[in-house]
Amino acid sequence: MFALRSAEPADLPAISALDARLTGEAKAAYWQGMLQQYAGGPPSRHFLVAETPNGQVAGFIVGEVRAWEFGQPAAGWVFAIQVDPKLRLKGAGSALFQALCGKFREQGVRRVRTLVDRKDNLILSFFRAQGMTAGPSLQLDKDLQ
Amino acid sequence: MKLQTATRLGLYAVLELARDPDRTLSVAELAERFDVSAHHLAKVLRTLASAGLVRGGRGATGGYRFTGNRRRTTLMDIVALFEPAPGQRAKEPGEDTDIGGALQRVLSEIDEIAEATLRSISLETMLRNTSTKSTAGSR
Repeated sequence: MFALRSAEPADLPAISALDARLTGEAKAAYWQGMLQQYAGGPPSRHFLVAETPNGQVAGFIVGEVRAWEFGQPAAGWVFAIQVDPKLRLKGAGSALFQALCGKFREQGVRRVRTLVDRKDNLILSFFRAQGMTAGPSLQLDKDLQ
Repeated sequence: MKLQTATRLGLYAVLELARDPDRTLSVAELAERFDVSAHHLAKVLRTLASAGLVRGGRGATGGYRFTGNRRRTTLMDIVALFEPAPGQRAKEPGEDTDIGGALQRVLSEIDEIAEATLRSISLETMLRNTSTKSTAGSR
C-alpha cells in the first residue's frame, strides 16, 4: 500500500506540515536542515518517506549510524518517525522502521536505538511492537536555573 | 521489580487465555500450567472477569476465555487491577522528613519508569515476543 523512497528537498512542505500537525509546533527551518543533512547526505545518514499510491506523504523516518556516542559502539539511531494519523495502523510505520533497520544492517551495525518520552505511550508502544526493549543507557536531565 | 502474587497470576492467566481467545481453560488447567494455587487463581480470575478481560463459564466444567482486546490491553492494565495506583499508596513513616522525601523521589522515578514500560507493552506484543522466544528455544 505504501511505497518507500529516500526523501527529497521537495518533500519539505509535507514533512514540515505533518510534524507541525502532530507536535503542535512548526519548525520548517529544522526540517529543511534535516533534509539537507540526511537526504542524499553521507551513506550513514538516512531520511526515508512512505507515500500513498497517489503520492501523498504518509510518514517519514530519520536515522543515522553513529559510533562512540556516549561511549557506545556503532549503532543505528532513529531520530524521528512520524505517520499521518489518518493513515496509521496500515503498516507505514513498521515498513519505514524495517527499511531503516535494513539500511543499518547493510552498514554492518547490529543494534538500533532511539530515545522516547516515557509519557508518550503511543510511540513507546510502537517501538515495543517492533521488538525494541530498554537499552543499556539511562538518559539524565537537569533544569538549568 | 517485585509484583504481588495476585498480579503475577493475573498476568499469567490473561496472557495464556489471550493466546487463543476461542479457547476455554478451567482454573485447574491454568493453575497446573503455571504450578500455582488454584484457589488463589480463582480469586484472581474473578477480578479479571469483573474488569471484562475474561469471561467465566458456569458449572463444574466451566472455564474461562479471553474477552478483551489484545492490541489495546497493556500489561499495566492488568497490573493496575492488583497493585495500588501510585497516587493511592499509603504514606510510609518518615516520608515527611528531608531524607524520607529524597528517598521517595528516587522511588517515584523508578515507579514512573516501570509504569511507562508496562504501559507500552500490549498483550499482542508480549505474546509475539513469547512465541519468538519459544521458536528460538526449540531450534
